[in-house]
Amino acid sequence: MLKKLALAAVALAAFMVQADAQQTRLRVGVEGNYPPFSQISPSGQISGFDIDIANAVCAELKMECQLVQQEFDGMIPALAARRFDIIVASLTITPARLERVDFSAPYYDVPSQFVARNGAFQSHSPDALRGKRIIVLRNSPRAAWLQQNYPQNELHLANRETDVYLELVAGRGDIAFGSSVVSTEQFLKRPEGAGYGRVGEPVRLQGGTGGVGIAVRKGDTETLAKVNQALAAIRSNGVYRQIMARYFDYDISPSN
Amino acid sequence: MIDWALVARTLPEYWVGLRVSLLLLFVSCATAFLVSIPLAMARVSRHAWLSWPVWAFTYVVRGTPLLVQLFMVYFGLAQFEVVRESAAWPMLRSAWFCAWLTFAINSTAYTTEIFAGALKNTPNGELEAARSLGLSATQVYRRILWPGALRRALPQYGNEVVMMMHATAIASTVTLVELTRVARDVYYNYLAPVEAFGVVATFYFALTYAMVGAFKLVEKRYLRHLAPRETGPAAGRPT
Repeated sequence: MLKKLALAAVALAAFMVQADAQQTRLRVGVEGNYPPFSQISPSGQISGFDIDIANAVCAELKMECQLVQQEFDGMIPALAARRFDIIVASLTITPARLERVDFSAPYYDVPSQFVARNGAFQSHSPDALRGKRIIVLRNSPRAAWLQQNYPQNELHLANRETDVYLELVAGRGDIAFGSSVVSTEQFLKRPEGAGYGRVGEPVRLQGGTGGVGIAVRKGDTETLAKVNQALAAIRSNGVYRQIMARYFDYDISPSN
Repeated sequence: MIDWALVARTLPEYWVGLRVSLLLLFVSCATAFLVSIPLAMARVSRHAWLSWPVWAFTYVVRGTPLLVQLFMVYFGLAQFEVVRESAAWPMLRSAWFCAWLTFAINSTAYTTEIFAGALKNTPNGELEAARSLGLSATQVYRRILWPGALRRALPQYGNEVVMMMHATAIASTVTLVELTRVARDVYYNYLAPVEAFGVVATFYFALTYAMVGAFKLVEKRYLRHLAPRETGPAAGRPT
């Protein structure tokens, strides 16, 4: 009896190893704390733009998606530790990250925008912002962009993307500069954002973020090729537009 | 495996962070020390109207986490129009001021309790002797109570300062670029957890070690009367 059980276990293990070897399953690292890209409902259900993109990629590859939830901070170490094979977690493509992981073509690219109290600014030209304090997320491509394009302005560096708007309401700066999605969804559309609005037109950072991509382990060219192929497919067959329309009434598709 | 070149390259940033951490620790502890002296006297007073408010203050402050207190001051106060239009706003706007204020208040609560406990533990005989010599209340405090109490409080006070040193890491949550913030930036920019947090842990360890050592020296100097008495080589031994 015991022997049979052991045999069965060995067979099952062998089957699972084989299944993995055939790559019928794609383990995807996702986050869950960045609505509307990913969020977890009180019942524990994860959903959002990133999740839908991940599922669409898996469907396109005819693979089974296994979502693994991971805190954003530990995302890249967990990929390296093989807890999952790809990351779909709104990971912006940056030079520092490119040293640790390989990125797919961008799957979205959000413009940035200035936000301030209604009527406080007519435009966001460097002249209009002269002598003003700009609030921006520290270590972000946006902060680097401001340092280059608004060298005269004092920057207030907030620790988290949503803190940017807390600090704006608190008056620790005159104008905020952030992702148009986060500032719209997390601030302007909410009661706290009453009396605040966008200043001027949204900005595409020149030579800036390079968009948001799907990350794979460095050197995993096989997975990378599959992901790129799937992304191209969902963008040409309309699935991507359908998903985008579920969450946004503006275009966040990357330009390329 | 450890990227020593990265450690060497980022080291200057840690020095800047170290200065901020130490300065914050120093101004907070110095403020707390000075404020705690009168508060501790009020705390041990026989008059309830003096002792009760201080008790309530230390009870509330010690009963809430420092992080929550800091958020209340930094994010919470700013929510009120009244505060934003008050004369204190230019100061409350700055993260430095908020951190100093919160840390000083927090440390004051603990230090007051430490000092009050030490005052209460004064041997009765010392007080009786002082009174029988006709010393005034001020003289009793200055010459009998405080010199003894501060000595007795030393080990606990040293502990409190070391705890505050570790607590300065919390200031990183309100945009102050101290040691922990530097480590988090290095981690974020280079995605190198061991290099970032390993280095900062070494810094904190060295600081703790140095501070504990310094307090040991001070204790040795001021608590000499409590050390085992040195005896001659032959004393107590049968010949």
